[in-house]
Parts: sequence; C-alpha cells; structure tokens
Amino acid sequence: MCNTCGCNVTHGNAHLLAPGAKLSRTASGRESVSVLRHLLHENDQTAAHNRAHFDRHGVLAVNLMSSPGAGKTALLEATIDAIGKDLSIAVIEGDLETENDAERIRQRGVRAIQITTGSACHLDAHMVHDALHQLDLSEFDIVFIENVGNLVCPAGFDLGQHHNVVLLSTTEGDDKPAKYPVMFRSADLVLLSKSDLLPVLGDFSPDQARRHLQQLASAVPVFEISARNGAGMEQWIHWLLAEIAALEHRMGKLDAYTPELQTHAP
Amino acid sequence: MHELAVCQALIEQVESIALARHACEVIEINVQIGPLSGVEPELLKQAFSVACAGTLADGAQLNLASMPIRVCCKTCGEITDALPARLVCGQCGDWRTTIVSGDDLLLTTVEVAVESGPGIASPATQH
Repeated sequence: MCNTCGCNVTHGNAHLLAPGAKLSRTASGRESVSVLRHLLHENDQTAAHNRAHFDRHGVLAVNLMSSPGAGKTALLEATIDAIGKDLSIAVIEGDLETENDAERIRQRGVRAIQITTGSACHLDAHMVHDALHQLDLSEFDIVFIENVGNLVCPAGFDLGQHHNVVLLSTTEGDDKPAKYPVMFRSADLVLLSKSDLLPVLGDFSPDQARRHLQQLASAVPVFEISARNGAGMEQWIHWLLAEIAALEHRMGKLDAYTPELQTHAP
Repeated sequence: MHELAVCQALIEQVESIALARHACEVIEINVQIGPLSGVEPELLKQAFSVACAGTLADGAQLNLASMPIRVCCKTCGEITDALPARLVCGQCGDWRTTIVSGDDLLLTTVEVAVESGPGIASPATQH
C-alpha cells in the first residue's frame, strides 16, 4: 500500500477520490490523479486502429526490423521474386532520408510507400497510419513494413503489425540477441540473413545465436536465409503463407460469428 | 534516442489529464519503468527537461520508479530476479519463463494543482 502507484485506492474508497469528490484534492488544492496507462498509450491506440484496418481487409502485416545493412530490402526483393506473381504485395519503407529502398521495390513492379522520418530513429503507428491512407488495402495480401535500420528504438513502438520479423546478419556478432534483448524479445521470427557468407566468415555460429535467443526466454523459430543464393527462402515463404492462412482463418471465424449475433436480434 | 518521442507522448498524456481537471499546474509525475521497456531513465529525464518547456508540465517533478526484472518459471513455478540478457529461472535454470515485471513503462499517477473554487475541501474554504 502506498501513495505513489494508486494501490491504496479500493472499491470502498474510490468514490471519495473521484473528480470533484471530498478527498480528490488536498488541503493545498492539489489533486492526485491515478492513471496507470502505458506512456505510449496514444501510439498504441493508433496501432490498434491500423491492425483493425489490416484485419478488415484480411491483409497480413509484417514489420521487418534489423540493424542497418542486414539485408531487409534484399530479402523483400527476393520475396517479391518468389511470390510476387501469386500474391499481391505492398511495402512501406522507413528511412531517415532518400527514396532509394522504395525505388528498388518499385523496380520489381510492387507498390512502395516511402516514409522519410528525418531525424526520427524509428517508425511509429501514426506514420504507418498516414502511409496506409495511400494504399487501397483491398488490393493486397501482404503489407511489409521495413522499419528504420536500428536495433534499439523501433522495438518500443507498436505499428499495428501482426508479426515482428527481426533479421540478424551473419556479418554481425552472434551475440546480438544478448546485446539488444528488447529488440530480440519482440521478434516472432528471427532470420539469420546472409547465410551464404557463413563458410567465409567462420566466426558466426548460428547455434550460438540461437542459444543467446533462448536466454531471452524466446522460443521463436530461427531460419538461416540467403536472399542472394536462395537458401532458406522456401522456409520463409512457407512461414508467410502459413501466417496468411492463419489470418484468413481468424477472419473467417469473425465473419461466421456475425450472422449468429444477428439471428439473436429481436 | 527515441526517449524524446516517448517523453512527448508522456507530456501530451499529462497535459490532457491536467486540462480535464482544470488544473493550472502539474506538480508531480510518477512513472514506473523497467530495464526491458527499452527506455533509458536518464535519457527520459533529460528529454523531459527540454520537452516540458512551455507545457502545463513545465517545472513538474518527474519521478521514475525502476521496476526490477522478475521472471516466473513455467517449469518449477518459482518467481526469481533476472538480468536483461539472461531471463532464465534463478531457481532451476530453465529458459522457459515469462516476464512478471521489468518491461513496464507506465504512467501511474499525476499530481496537479487546481484553481480554488466552490466545493473544494481545503482549510481556506472551510473557515
């Protein structure tokens, strides 16, 4: 029980502290307001709105995060080459400056919206919301959000995605999960990218990376993947297709539920 | 340095609370923050001193209560302390745990000064 977090407020005395009530203000005219809300409440609200928007259209939203240069755009290019004919893809690109990455995506005939954040080191839900206004989601099956290359800040901001995919390239240390626990804890899937370089590098151990991830109490799948030679692409595509199917299943259930509600209406 | 963005979101929330209570000033802001929140307390404090300027929160005391990292083991059921990069059970060493505390980033209470008016239980109005 304390006067800091509001745990001394019970059902029995809460009415005394309601706005304007007897004890809501102290003798000095001060009022203590119990809030208990996440600091990024506003961002989370917008993220929930974005997610509802994706859900309504049955569009899978995947947030790609990694350090700069881990191969997010190369992965997207290879993904477009692999499934671009069967599935309709859109990409939201986050960078501090330039349209370079969006241009690379557009060259493959895929719709890309570039968000240039200026000095901001991450995307937030509001930026993604604005970008979504430029996309007709009924035209797409998957929206990839390529976050700003950064293993720190993007982890804190929910964008409304269904899944976080974190890339760890083999040219980085295999202890990155231990160094950036907040980021790697947020991952639903970890891709060890540039796996074609493993034989040349020799000092990156995929097993060691998996062990560091396990120390974060994470049981997410880890795939070794190379956008350059195509190794592991099949596993990645399979994961994407399974997630699209899972989303459609969830949406199908919601659709089926609506008529049931209506039959109970007077 | 996303602490500035986090801080701006905090100040917006505090201001809207203060406005709803017709407060003239924010005295104190209490936040719970854990090492796994991804926000550095010191940087948040620095950001606050800059971002509060010209807002209702200008001059308010920002208190950051650091929450310890605690994990609950799915295997043995014990709740133990853990480190940011080592969230394993302190009792049996199993990695299958869930976070109990330490990823908090919560605005708990805000203390505001309200302009005196009718119905306020203060010594001045009781005389």
